Formats: sequence, structure tokens, C-alpha cells
Amino acid sequence: MKIAVCVSHVPDTAAKINIGSDGKTLDPNGVTFIVNPYDEFAVEEALKTKEKIGGETVAISLGTDANKETLRKVLAMGIDNAVLLKDDSYRDSISVAKALAEEIKAQNAELVFFGKQSVDFDNSVVGQLTAEFLGYNCISVVVSFSLEGNKIICEREIEGGKEIVETTLPALITAQKGLNDPRYASLKGIMAAKKKEILEKQPSAASNSIEIITMKKPSPKQAGKILGTDATAVPELVRLLREEAKVI
Amino acid sequence: MANKILVFIEQRNGKIKKSSLEAVKAASDIAQKLSGSVEAVSIGNEIENLEKVGGYGACKITHFKNAALENYSPSAYADIIAKYSGEKNFDIFFFAASSMGKDLAPRVAVKTDSGLAMDCILLNCESNEIIATRPIYAGKALIEVKLTSPKKVFALRPNVFNPGTPTDKKADVSIINVDSPNLSVKVVDIKKSEGKIDVAEADIIVSGGRGMKGPEHFKLVEDLAEVLGAASGASRAVVDAGWRPHSEQVGQTGKTVSPSLYVALGISGAIQHLAGMRSSKYIVAINKDKDAPIFQVADYGIAGDVFEVVPAMIEEIKKIKS
Ligand SMILES: Cc1cc2nc3c(=O)[nH]c(=O)nc-3n(C[C@H](O)[C@H](O)[C@H](O)COP(=O)(O)OP(=O)(O)OC[C@H]3O[C@@H](n4cnc5c(N)ncnc54)[C@H](O)[C@@H]3O)c2cc1C
Repeated sequence: MKIAVCVSHVPDTAAKINIGSDGKTLDPNGVTFIVNPYDEFAVEEALKTKEKIGGETVAISLGTDANKETLRKVLAMGIDNAVLLKDDSYRDSISVAKALAEEIKAQNAELVFFGKQSVDFDNSVVGQLTAEFLGYNCISVVVSFSLEGNKIICEREIEGGKEIVETTLPALITAQKGLNDPRYASLKGIMAAKKKEILEKQPSAASNSIEIITMKKPSPKQAGKILGTDATAVPELVRLLREEAKVI
Repeated sequence: MANKILVFIEQRNGKIKKSSLEAVKAASDIAQKLSGSVEAVSIGNEIENLEKVGGYGACKITHFKNAALENYSPSAYADIIAKYSGEKNFDIFFFAASSMGKDLAPRVAVKTDSGLAMDCILLNCESNEIIATRPIYAGKALIEVKLTSPKKVFALRPNVFNPGTPTDKKADVSIINVDSPNLSVKVVDIKKSEGKIDVAEADIIVSGGRGMKGPEHFKLVEDLAEVLGAASGASRAVVDAGWRPHSEQVGQTGKTVSPSLYVALGISGAIQHLAGMRSSKYIVAINKDKDAPIFQVADYGIAGDVFEVVPAMIEEIKKIKS
């Protein structure tokens, strides 16, 4: 069976975010990019599933040449093949999902893993959208996954607990932290990944339905008051919470 | 242009969730500005007090009923909403960006050919268009967006929109029985985490970090949470150390929260942690390092030892509450 995993290339979570001069985009200067943290869980689950049932794994990323760095990293973890859907333009989630769905169809992958959310635009929707375009069954925010024959059972994290969800192949799963412990790339894996070819393809043109009017930084919070250095400040703290903030 | 708005009402165990009422109120505020109308839709088995959505501004609620729909089924729920909207021609859909809403809204967007704006924290109208503000990069930046598609889906971050005080208007309730729903993806069971409040839904959160020194001291975090009626949360450092479950993690790779009060105990305030909680209305920090970055976002702080300050807080709050 062909197993696909979709990965995105995102600003490091420690990065300071600056807005570009157009007031609508991120200024990428000085920002390091990493494999989207949730996608590492998706990659690990794809690798584990292949180890169990055999088949072939392919990683797909949509973006610029810079995304090759992320694709190399997942090849080094053990993914067999990589495809870059090369596109420099701004795409909204729906438009990204359409392009990914086309490629997954072309790859004939019956099982697909995504991270539950890309930590740049934080929409948490590209997996579900892609599944809809493919007509695949989809379970999001998954913390445990099992596949027996055609049948899938997952645990999905919700407020205050977990849902046990059942479905069948073909399916798309979005990974939440806790699903597994992503492996580190071995030296051998890193060497092998350097030699692998990343297939470049042109996705169909974007048609966005979301328009960014402005991008800005949140107004900085005024640093508050330090009321003291020990328990003697507690009555004043509790009084402020009650009388000024009115939250308790 | 008719602006027919449909709000999805989420239920768990037959009870309407507060975040859905927030969405009804926000939709009705928008409807006033756009001279539109608001209806609601719910899916499940028995649900209490469906008519109460009227108090928040929906004139009508249609409930799709089948015992097999008591638990969430993404496939069935999305099909039902898409079919209903095809019949009634809604233009705008509102969801709460809860676990269910985040899963369902994108599916409905594809099925109804709508544009999609997730996790909105502010909605405005300008020349008859809805302008939504949403956080990106875990709240390190904000974007204002508009949807250019004829049909539109908005999902609103829970706990941000004020549902206001309801009027005593009652919505018209109609119940439609669903035959053979599409259960190709279905929830077969729910495991609750022992009756605790979840950080994602809590109005007050008390979180502990590495400054708590060990898992055994989280009793103190939980005790303070208890007197405040709060949920307990954690930094990633203590989740990674195995002191606390991941479901409690607040931050960029945990949960994004916006309670009325967030109390950080022994948390340094790393950028990834701040990303998840900086939009809280009030922030209190207890940290013995007066230069810890958490104090830059805190409204009130005590630069002292948690083991001395927290027990005093518990006593003081007990005193005023009794
Ligand atoms: C990709 C990535 C994603 C991340 N995502 C998240 C995330 O989602 N959430 C998150 O929280 N972090 C996240 N982090 C980790 C983050 O960078 C920090 O490492 C983490 O938040 C630190 O946790 P802490 O504040 O508990 O610990 P520390 O930074 O070690 O801080 C402990 C604090 O306790 C104080 N202290 C010690 N003893 C006492 C005492 N007796 N009384 C009072 N104060 C005391 C110290 O002064 C210190 O400020 C992420 C990191 C990366 C790389």
C-alpha cells in the first residue's frame, strides 16, 4: 500500500515574527524554518505503519525550493520518496488542500497522514479539507492509531477526554502530539537522503477565497505590577483580583 | 442581498455548549449590521432546551435527530448540514472553533463551496462585508481577512465572544428524524478524563511549570485550582518530563487558551508558552525570578517562592469565599 504524508515548512516556534513592508506578509529575514512539529508525528506514524504492513511512503510538500530542506529531513527519517509541489504564490488552506489532494490521487495513496495543524497560520483544517476533496474518510487530532486489514480505530483528543473513532480505508489521519515519539534521523539516513531525488511538480493554479487585508502584531501588553516578593503580598493580590479585575 | 446565517449548535450529552451560544450571539450581531437573519441547526439525539438559542438571537432551530447521532460522526454531521443548507440556501455559516467545530467546519466549507476563516477572535462589518481578525503564528501576529467567495464559513474561538445576557425570546423548534445517516466515520465511545475541567474550556486556569520542582508538588497547583473553580494546566517542560499529561499543556504545541484569569506558577514565560495564553484577560505570575519574561505579560505578579506564596493564596481565597 502507498502511504502519503504531507509536511509543511514553518518558522521556528522560537522565532520573533516581523511583518513585511507590505503590511500583509511575514518578513522572512532572520527567521529559521523547521519541519512543522506536528508533521513529525505524522511522518513517524507513516513509517511505523509501513514497518508493520509493508508498502511505500511518499512525503509531499507544497511551497518554494526552501521546502526541500524539510523534505530532506523527512527522507532522512526514512520516508522513501519526496514530491515538492512548487509554488511561490500565497495560497489559502482550501487552495493548498486542492493541490495536495490532486497529488495524493496521482500517487494513488490509500492512507494519508498530516500534522493536525501547521504552526504558521494555525488553521487546523488542511487535513480535513484534503480528505473532503479526495472523498476519503478522515479523523483529526489523533493520539492513537491502529489499522487491522481495512479497519481503522483511533483515539481523538477532545475537550476533557478522548473520542474512540472508527472508520475504514481509504483514510486521512491528522496527528496530535502524543501519537508517538518521532525517531531521530540516523547518520545513514541523512547520507541516503542527500542522494535521493526530490520530484518537482507544478500544482494547478491557486484560487483563493480568503484575502488578507492587514497583518499586524498584537498590541503589547502593559507590563503589570509586581506586588511583592513573598506571601505578605498575597492579600493585596487577592484584593486586586476581586475588586479591580473582578475575576474571582 | 439576503444574508441568511446558519449557526451550528454543538451538544455533548444532550446539552448545548456555551461556545455555540457565543456563536449565536456573534451571528446575530452581524445579522443586524447586514440586515440578515439567523437560524440554528443541531444534530444528535435528545437535546435539552433547544428553544433557548432564541434568547441569543436565533429565530429558529432545526434539530436533526437519530439515536446513532448522539455522539459525533464527522461524515454524517457534514452531510446533514450540507444537505440542509442546499435546501434552504444559507449564505453564511458560523461554528465555534471547538474540537468538533474545527473538525466539522472545513468539511462543511468544501461541501457547500464556501470560503473558510478559522479561529476568529473579532468580527466587524465594513461596507456590508464581514472582516474577521484571527491570530497566526500562535498569536505572535494577527491578520484581518475577508472572504471573497459567495458562501462563507466562520469558526469563532471559544471564550472570546461575549454571549451577553439572554432575552426570554424562544426559538421555533423543528425536529427532523434522520434515516440511515452516513456513519462511515463514527465515534463509538468517549473516554472522559476523570471529571476535571479542560483547559480549553475553563474560565480560570492555574498552570504549573518546572518551578514546581516535581510531580508531587502539583497538588498545590490543583488545590489552588480547586478553590478558584479552575482547570489545571502545565508548561511543556513539565509535560515532557512526564509530570503532567499532554492534555494540560498550554502553548504553541499545546492548547491555546483565553480564560478570564490565567495564573502561572513557576513558569518562566518562554515565547512558545506565551503564545498559548497571552490573550487571557488577566494574567497572574508567581515566579522567584523577578526578571522572568512571564512578568512582561502579567497584570499582577509576586516575585517570590511558589511554595510560600501559593499556600497563602489558597488560604486567602478560602477566607474571602467563605
Ligand atoms: C517546538 C517547540 C514547541 C514548544 N511548545 C511549547 C508549548 O506549547 N508550551 C510550553 O509551555 N512550552 C513550549 N515549548 C518549550 C518552551 O520553550 C520552554 O522550554 C518551556 O515553556 C519552559 O517551561 P517552564 O516555564 O515550566 O520551565 P523553565 O523555563 O525552566 O522555568 C521555570 C521557572 O520557574 C521559576 N522557579 C523555579 N523555582 C521556583 C520557586 N520555588 N518558586 C517560584 N518560581 C520558581 C524559575 O525562576 C523559572 O522562571 C516549546 C519549545 C519548542 C522548541
